[in-house]
Amino acid sequence: MSRPRGEGGRFLRRKFVNIAMLILSGASAIFGLFWLFWILGTLVWRGVPALNWAFFTQLPTPPGMAGGGLANAIVGTLFITLVATVIGVPVGLLAGTYLAEFGRQTALGRTVRFVADVMTSAPSIVVGVFVYAILVQPFHGFSGLAGAVALAIIMIPVVVRTTEEMLKLVPNSLREAALALGAPYWKVVMRVCYRRVFGGLTTGILLAIARVSGETAPLLFTSLNSPYWSADLTKPMGTLNVTLFNYAMSPYDDWRAKAWAAALLITMGVLCTTVVARVVVSKTQIGRS
Amino acid sequence: MTSPDSRPAPGPEAEAGFRLRRGPQSQTGDKIFKGATTFFALVVLALIASICVVLYVKGHLAVSTFGLKFLWNTAWDPVKEDFGALPSIYGTVVSSLLAILIATPISIGIAVFLTEMAPPWLKRPVGLGVEMLAAVPSIIYGMWGLFIFAPIMARTVQPWLKAHLGALPLFQGPPMGIGMMTAAIILAIMIIPFIASVARDVFSLVPAMSKESAYGLGATTWEVIRGVVIPHTRSGLVGAIFLGLGRALGETMAVTFVIGNAHKISPSLLSASNTIASTLANEFSEATTPIYTSSLIELGLILFLITTTILALAKFMLWRIAAQVKGADR
Amino acid sequence: MRFELAGISQGVPVSCRHALIVLMALALGGQVWAAPPPSVHGGGATFPFPLYAKWAYLYKAKTGLALNYLSIGSGGGLEQLRAKTVDFGASEFPLPDRQLEAQGLLQFPMVVGAVVVGMNLPGVPSGELKLTADVLARIYLGEVTTWNDRMIRDINPGLRLPDLPITVIHRADGSGTTWLFTQYLTRSYPAWGKTVGAGPSVSWPAGAGGKGNEGVASYIKTIPGALGYLEATYAIQNTLATASLRNRDGQFVTPSPAAFEAAEKQADWSAPVGDGTFLLDLPGPATWPIVGASYILIYKNQPDAAKAKSLLDFLDWCLSEGRGVAKELGYVPLPDGAVQRNRAAWTATIKSGGNPVWPKVANSEGKS
Repeated sequence: MSRPRGEGGRFLRRKFVNIAMLILSGASAIFGLFWLFWILGTLVWRGVPALNWAFFTQLPTPPGMAGGGLANAIVGTLFITLVATVIGVPVGLLAGTYLAEFGRQTALGRTVRFVADVMTSAPSIVVGVFVYAILVQPFHGFSGLAGAVALAIIMIPVVVRTTEEMLKLVPNSLREAALALGAPYWKVVMRVCYRRVFGGLTTGILLAIARVSGETAPLLFTSLNSPYWSADLTKPMGTLNVTLFNYAMSPYDDWRAKAWAAALLITMGVLCTTVVARVVVSKTQIGRS
Repeated sequence: MTSPDSRPAPGPEAEAGFRLRRGPQSQTGDKIFKGATTFFALVVLALIASICVVLYVKGHLAVSTFGLKFLWNTAWDPVKEDFGALPSIYGTVVSSLLAILIATPISIGIAVFLTEMAPPWLKRPVGLGVEMLAAVPSIIYGMWGLFIFAPIMARTVQPWLKAHLGALPLFQGPPMGIGMMTAAIILAIMIIPFIASVARDVFSLVPAMSKESAYGLGATTWEVIRGVVIPHTRSGLVGAIFLGLGRALGETMAVTFVIGNAHKISPSLLSASNTIASTLANEFSEATTPIYTSSLIELGLILFLITTTILALAKFMLWRIAAQVKGADR
Repeated sequence: MRFELAGISQGVPVSCRHALIVLMALALGGQVWAAPPPSVHGGGATFPFPLYAKWAYLYKAKTGLALNYLSIGSGGGLEQLRAKTVDFGASEFPLPDRQLEAQGLLQFPMVVGAVVVGMNLPGVPSGELKLTADVLARIYLGEVTTWNDRMIRDINPGLRLPDLPITVIHRADGSGTTWLFTQYLTRSYPAWGKTVGAGPSVSWPAGAGGKGNEGVASYIKTIPGALGYLEATYAIQNTLATASLRNRDGQFVTPSPAAFEAAEKQADWSAPVGDGTFLLDLPGPATWPIVGASYILIYKNQPDAAKAKSLLDFLDWCLSEGRGVAKELGYVPLPDGAVQRNRAAWTATIKSGGNPVWPKVANSEGKS
């Protein structure tokens, strides 16, 4: 098709603009990834030298004294995250089930969905202040339990939304078939729906766990910190996150090195969990172009 | 994206026809199940309500002592017991707006890249990389910002800015490295993946038909984006930006390390500042007097209300674009 | 976060799930099996934190008592003590007697430390730079903004000062260190008292805030041209350059344990603590001007007698056998007279259910 006269130059310019924009958008992607690699690179470069056997097995030493490790903080983090999961997941799971099974068009369903969406991005420090007011002050003590509750509150909206999304993907024909066979509704949900999307639910829960294990602000005034082993949820408990905060702000070289190692550990944990969850998800995804 | 079945789930109401054939146990089981799930749904509502209530109750002392003046009082003097929210609000809003300013073009660029420009083999790794950026815990950003990024700012970038643009009120004060500018940049990096992923989802909602028609008329890729995709998704993009803004407003750990912790309002980007979140993180556990604690809690309440409003707006806009698309499809 | 999740039957690989479960189980088991949790909690100033942490560490090795000191700032310690979330508080900012009476607290000094001026001035070695109280106040007021300002040059003839802006570092949190420093500035430079005043937390006209003494030291270390006040140990442990200050006698003194001790020896330890400034700006040619004691606060009425006794045993050990450690770290241990007075106060006032908790008879041997 012959081009009208005068179009030649304009066409070239459009092509040029197109390529320029392609380069710019590619540059944005590179820009974003650049920061990621820089941060991860720094973590590895600074963190790996400080990771040694002592780091994983010994308790912290006083400031200025070299040596020691963050064994109690590592275990404390796992423990508090576990308790937070035990508290938060059932609540989130059942609330999400309500939204998907009973609340798709109801007013309550719409409100809860909206609230959960808003709360997924709520400032975590405010949650920490809230839990301080209800669990620390009245009981006159910082506790690992308060920390776990704060993390659970952050976890719940995430689990609610992922549960709802997953359950909504179960086709209604499946539910109707089960009902037609005479199953009570609760069995339909638990035996058929849950089972059908079990992998997806687990993935959602894993992502929520990854999210809260990186949170520090809610733990600052709830579980505080401790340089000792502790299984007592009613007392302060050491966590990697708060220890990182204290050590990073400190001027001691030894502590700073440990802070990098702790940062590396936390980031690796969170990233591995996220990557595993996402990679598995996208492998079996439908419809994404 | 598969659109989930929008019909209501069958639910116990649908069993009406089967009820005669079922024993009473299944009815009780169903009642318990429905009750339990409804209860926990209410728990979610109760959570947000109790947060607001508790914050208000504990902040009441400050509210009644200072009244509305709290919002524009610039003092933060624990000695004279005169507290005002303005420096913290200023720091919060300015750092977040600057972060949005920096992050938006980059995020949209990334979203454009991922949906329209990238070849299929590149989409997944780049997409994964961007989401990993979101997964990095915020305290890591703070630490990295303080030890790696701030010194670079102090040694090279900020002195350069002062040398060339030092006359502007934007660049007054010593080049500390920490301060508003560094905090805004770190925040921007943090929220890029959030805006990018929502923008990406929103872009993929554009019906292929519209895009193909434009291509059929001879438009270049960029022209399709500028002329079809972006106008179509304007509401969603604004929603994505608001989502990023909501995130930035509430961010604590990344900011506390690098913002310099000074209750001051200054036009200079190089000055130390404070956000509500960093004020809380630094001062909450040691507020010595009830009015001090109460003022801090009132700050927390203000932050919570601001972020909730912004996030609600974001949700509303995203809902609107989803509804628009559904309407257009019909 | 938004998720586009499809129905998956397998989901997370089985091995991954199992690994996670095993990990969680190990965490749980490890916690339960591990040593008993700390029995005593204290919170407060960052000023004595390195010392208390070292004492606790050594004492635990000796007796097994685990003491967790939370370095959250003087204000924090007092607040947590009031909320009864800790067993003792620590602060350089002594409470007035009527407040002690009202809250039922016993307050006693534990160790003496000093506030020094740390700096990061490339090309100027530690101890070379001289400062006076009024110049320091002016710096903190934001009136003196560069290192080669006329006022600084006047007191440092012959010293090459770079044209570098001064980055002022103060505390972001409530602090006894701040209180000591601002008290010193107030009594030496009246304009300071009129505008800013003294207290654990003030409205700083200039500069950036670090969290805890650690945060201040951290900022000084990383920002060229920074200047900040901090407890002596933090400057020593982090090899920060320090400035000399002019003392009451007009002599410029470099900070050193001897200079701090010169102040401690002169103070009248038998007098009531008063407002706690009895160690500030004392006379003598080699006396350091900013010296203060760190106090511990305990409730007079202790609900748990055993815990109270373990705490007092620990404190007693610190005051006697822990003196060497204090010296090592750059603090000045309490003079004997003050230690005896402390012991007498414990016996007389700390009670549980009406009975004294710490009957100090002859020796402290044989206590568990």
